[in-house]
Amino acid sequence: MTKKKHRSWGAGIIHVLLLIGVVIVAFPFVWMILSSFKSLSDFYNFSFLPKTFDFSAYSYIFQETHYLRWYLNSIIVAVIVTVSCIIFNSLIGYVLAKHKFPGASVIFILILCTLMIPTEMLVIPWYMMSVDFSWVDSYWGIMFPGMIEAFGVFLMRQFMLGVPNDILDAARIDGMSEFKIWWRVAMPQVKSAVSALGIITFLGNWNAYLWPVIITATDPMRTLPVGISLYSTGDAGGIQWNTIMAMSTLAVVPMIIVFLILQKRIVEGIALTGVKG
Amino acid sequence: MSEVTSKAQRTIKLKTRRALIAYGFLVIPLLFFLCIRIYPTLYAFSLSFRAHNASGFTLDNYSTLFHDHVFWRSVLNTLLYVIITVPLQMAFGLLIALGIEKIHHFRWFYRVIYFLPYITSIVAVSWVWRLMFDENTGVLNHVLAWFHIAPQGWLADPSEALLSVSIVMIWQAMGFSMLIFMAGIQAIPRQLYEAAQIDGSSSWKMFWRITFPLLNPTLVFLAVTGVISALQTFTQIQNLTAGGGQTAGGPLNSTSSMVVYMFNNAFTNFNMEYASAVTVTLFILILIVTLIQLKIINRSFDY
Repeated sequence: MTKKKHRSWGAGIIHVLLLIGVVIVAFPFVWMILSSFKSLSDFYNFSFLPKTFDFSAYSYIFQETHYLRWYLNSIIVAVIVTVSCIIFNSLIGYVLAKHKFPGASVIFILILCTLMIPTEMLVIPWYMMSVDFSWVDSYWGIMFPGMIEAFGVFLMRQFMLGVPNDILDAARIDGMSEFKIWWRVAMPQVKSAVSALGIITFLGNWNAYLWPVIITATDPMRTLPVGISLYSTGDAGGIQWNTIMAMSTLAVVPMIIVFLILQKRIVEGIALTGVKG
Repeated sequence: MSEVTSKAQRTIKLKTRRALIAYGFLVIPLLFFLCIRIYPTLYAFSLSFRAHNASGFTLDNYSTLFHDHVFWRSVLNTLLYVIITVPLQMAFGLLIALGIEKIHHFRWFYRVIYFLPYITSIVAVSWVWRLMFDENTGVLNHVLAWFHIAPQGWLADPSEALLSVSIVMIWQAMGFSMLIFMAGIQAIPRQLYEAAQIDGSSSWKMFWRITFPLLNPTLVFLAVTGVISALQTFTQIQNLTAGGGQTAGGPLNSTSSMVVYMFNNAFTNFNMEYASAVTVTLFILILIVTLIQLKIINRSFDY
């Protein structure tokens, strides 16, 4: 009895500590949303709540900036790169895990080695290459470096190794083509890894900054993070805090809603890639 | 006899056929890795040994680099980011994970909230923090005033700016540590705790004798991924410190990292050769971390 009481006290203290942490961690989001409804003068005479709810920042965004275009650009880029990564990474992973052929281990090691190369080292050659091929300021220019990802190949290979050979052989005896075996037989076996790969690829590209800021040159071609960043740093007439916060809110809140809906899958997916990788 | 040879021939044929199919599948990806990863890497190396807008081999970029105090400041700052953020984000992540594992209610709620910063756009949240850090009108100084603490300069003060950037990095990364630690804790067999309980061990002792040692692979994973991503810090610094005609890394280069230094040289001054030399040194740093990781992992975790 005393032990149980003791334990519930401990749980209470843990809850209090965790809740304090929650307030600290969540506060910037609350502040962002509140600030987006303030008028510019509220930022100079400090107030916690907006003095009057001012929606002008939102109407400004839609009328005077390419915000919706940035949104569209980010969606296009993230979706195409994610689809490409799911197809190519899993196909390579499947071939490396389930096919025996001369040079397989050399190819695998070669791909693994590219994991050690930091993106920062590649952006300069990529940029010079893009200038030569006139890929600057195009969707292809933003997307091409991420179309296949070594980490994804590694992840998919690890999971493909676990697919039983019997069912693949059975499909072969049935006369299925190798391509169909990969897509119809092997892929459904590694669904959890595919969705994990999709989630991390989408997140990574949705939030990507370094390469898109380099490769885009005109305002309508910016991705969402780049657009927000360059709008915010580029303003000559002082920082327009309410507009920046409204832009951030519109970028972050939909992500939070999607995350809340898919949270189980996203959290498990990221934990999975972390643990296996 | 002839049947046997034809059968053998058929298996050989089948083998070559399957190898050919495999190569067929791999042609495009291999070309991709060669053209988009390997070749640019070699190109970056060769570029770093070339003079700006001139041909021929030179070590000038490296000698300029080693005599530039801004470069050394950036290297020092980068190492400071690693030393400050990695242990703290792991410690907070572990504490939160242990706390959540101990309770039975609202676990998903805590997990979701603590993980939120990790999935949100670095650019957007950096600007929110920048607003909160503002020395005159920011909410942080306002809260400090409640506790009668003098207002701080935060990002505007060269002695506090790097710490301020680190706070944002820790805030964003600790949810990831928490998640990986939770997966690690759940993988520990329950029987170990039950046995320890029968032996009458305290929970303090159980943590140090069971949980912590068995989390070793998780710790190594988080340390290595944390160090590598802290070495590459860029987006936070760019968005927290650039603007108003200033390039990122201010005030007085106190927040500049190696990638910020590279970016400013490559895409503000357009000296690609010099910037390549910076990326080569970054590459070497990351290589060292990766090799240390391989060495630790090969020491195999058997208990």
